[in-house]
Amino acid sequence: MKSFKNHLSLVVALVSILFSIQIFTIVERSIDAYKINLAKNYSLVVVSKTILKQDILLKNIPLVQTINEIAPDGVIKRLNVGISKKNTELLKKTLPKFYKLKFYSYPSPDELRGITQKLKDIKAVTKVETFENTHHRTYRMLLLFKTLVSVFSICVLVVTILLIFKELKIWQFQHNERMSIMGLFGAPTWLRSAVLFRLAIVDALLASALAFILFVYIASNQWILEQFYNIGISVVIFDMRDDFLILSGVALVVSLLLATFIVLGHKEEV
Amino acid sequence: MDKVIMAEKLSLAYSKDETIINKVDFSINSGDFVFITGASGSGKSTLLKSLYGALKPKEGSLIVGGVELNGVSSKKLNFLRRHLGIVFQDYKLINEWNIEKNIMLPLIINGYDKTVTQNQVDSLLRHVKLQHQAGKFPLELSGGEQQRVAMARALSHNPILILADEPTGNLDEYSSQVIWNLLEGANEQLNTTVIVVTHHIPETMNINYKHYNIEFGELREVI
Repeated sequence: MKSFKNHLSLVVALVSILFSIQIFTIVERSIDAYKINLAKNYSLVVVSKTILKQDILLKNIPLVQTINEIAPDGVIKRLNVGISKKNTELLKKTLPKFYKLKFYSYPSPDELRGITQKLKDIKAVTKVETFENTHHRTYRMLLLFKTLVSVFSICVLVVTILLIFKELKIWQFQHNERMSIMGLFGAPTWLRSAVLFRLAIVDALLASALAFILFVYIASNQWILEQFYNIGISVVIFDMRDDFLILSGVALVVSLLLATFIVLGHKEEV
Repeated sequence: MDKVIMAEKLSLAYSKDETIINKVDFSINSGDFVFITGASGSGKSTLLKSLYGALKPKEGSLIVGGVELNGVSSKKLNFLRRHLGIVFQDYKLINEWNIEKNIMLPLIINGYDKTVTQNQVDSLLRHVKLQHQAGKFPLELSGGEQQRVAMARALSHNPILILADEPTGNLDEYSSQVIWNLLEGANEQLNTTVIVVTHHIPETMNINYKHYNIEFGELREVI
């Protein structure tokens, strides 16, 4: 029973680590998906004296997805009071060119500054309208959300690491005696620590399995899926292959490190 | 006759200031049965610890089973310990293992075949009269029974040398007799060298033995 409790405390600690890692991953994915969503509704307007070579712009600013010229017809229509067709055509030619730039993903303020600078460096460009205030507000909200979740994840990680250190002391106490006795009968270090490493691997696999069940449930939970649908994004909550491999890897590394610390900290009884 | 233990000017100490055993010379032949006696704190257990390498000599030379223990590598020390049978006063059983597995420990370490291991354990359990308790854990047994398990473990791999530290210290008469019979049997039938640290030599001993006494850091044979 005591041994089961000790197993449980390490497994719980490992599951907490895996939980915070996966939550952080989900938030990262959600923010990325939300940025793509925001990018669909965000565009930047460039005013140029001459026609801009679109292929060069696309090449120089990789984040730009499309460049569309805004037809001046609407403006001319409003001015069109007794102007002949010939003069209207002439006016069209003399009016500056307006372009709407769309992006693959929502640019960060730094990226936006860089893009603006690159556009302003083009001699023909007279104005770049970024709708900076709205953009920055939205971006700051995203950052705030991400920071809050990161702080939460870090707190869980710190608490878990403290739990694991407590576990380390219990394990050290438990396994030192067995390792010393085995040592007195001539067992080499690998054999003395074999039980410990086997336990560490079993606990890591148990924790990975529990995390797998937990996230498969979360990923199929209708309420959670609806929340993502409501904010207009679709996110992979748990990739059964890639995410599971990452989580299992983390669990194994943490518990094997724990076992290694115990083996390294083992002192022979005199 | 082969020497199993050879000590020359051997000094033992736990700290720099206090020497427990002071420049003793002694040797023990293969097949000897030796008692080491002495008052409490005289250094009997300290001497025994040095024989299985738990305490390195402060000075002098100590050779056990052909292995020089002064400056011995952990690999060589493990090799030596695999050929020793040690019985501790506090039993040193692994509490999370059942008694069958505890007895198997030296056989597992020495890489014995599973069938050989099982047969040997079954036979030893009969010898120590614990055949019906094989699945029990050490803390479920009495002190006497635990010491019998420790005795069976020490004998399981037919060691060249048995080192026993007050093996019947706090035991009832029945368990004490079982232990002495096993030690005598190992010495007589298998020619195993036995060294026993004790306060009292039992009167019922049926074999020839040597007796050493430790006093004031010196080891003297009692004739």
